[in-house]
Amino acid sequence: MHWPIDIIVLTFVIFCAIAALSVKDLLATAILFGAYSFLMCLLWTIMGAVDVAFTEASVGAGVSTVFFVAAIFRTSRRAKD
Amino acid sequence: MSELLSLVIAKYNYWLYVILMMIGLYGMIAKNNLIKKVVGMNIFQTAIILFYVSIGYKTNASIPIITTADTAHGAVVRAADYINPLTSCLMLTAIVVSVATFGYAMALAVRIYQRYQTLEEDELRMRLSKE
Repeated sequence: MHWPIDIIVLTFVIFCAIAALSVKDLLATAILFGAYSFLMCLLWTIMGAVDVAFTEASVGAGVSTVFFVAAIFRTSRRAKD
Repeated sequence: MSELLSLVIAKYNYWLYVILMMIGLYGMIAKNNLIKKVVGMNIFQTAIILFYVSIGYKTNASIPIITTADTAHGAVVRAADYINPLTSCLMLTAIVVSVATFGYAMALAVRIYQRYQTLEEDELRMRLSKE
């Protein structure tokens, strides 16, 4: 059976979203969220929205992760849920 | 019944976006940690952006860059050959706004931690009711 590539990437996106919300270590959340943003960028390239894709790659996967890690560095790393 | 099933399968990407959106909503409502709530909000935003971008997508169409230089002299540009760029241009703004929101929320989280030494919502509520 022929699988379209966007459904595979979308499955990975949903896995990354669930994992980012359910891990107890906030640094792991940061990295999983970066992976989520990168997969989202891939999805937009598949859809032909290349301008959105490279904005997401620079801004979502790059700057957001830096903000996230900087915020965790100044606060606590553990989360209760 | 099979009609409904074929309708669901034909629009599978919309259903997956709705699932992603509900994951984000769950993160915003049910998670206790403030940073997790912000991550849930970001997931919600990206699900909506995905929905909008997928509206503008066409099968068997190219990205919206016109390659023929002299379109005024005879060569015809057909709109069906190009993906609709309007939705992706709109969503470009939304991505920038979402990053600004994210940075601001992180700055607020750092200030809250400096003042109360916690990021958990129930502990914050307890601390606030004591004051």
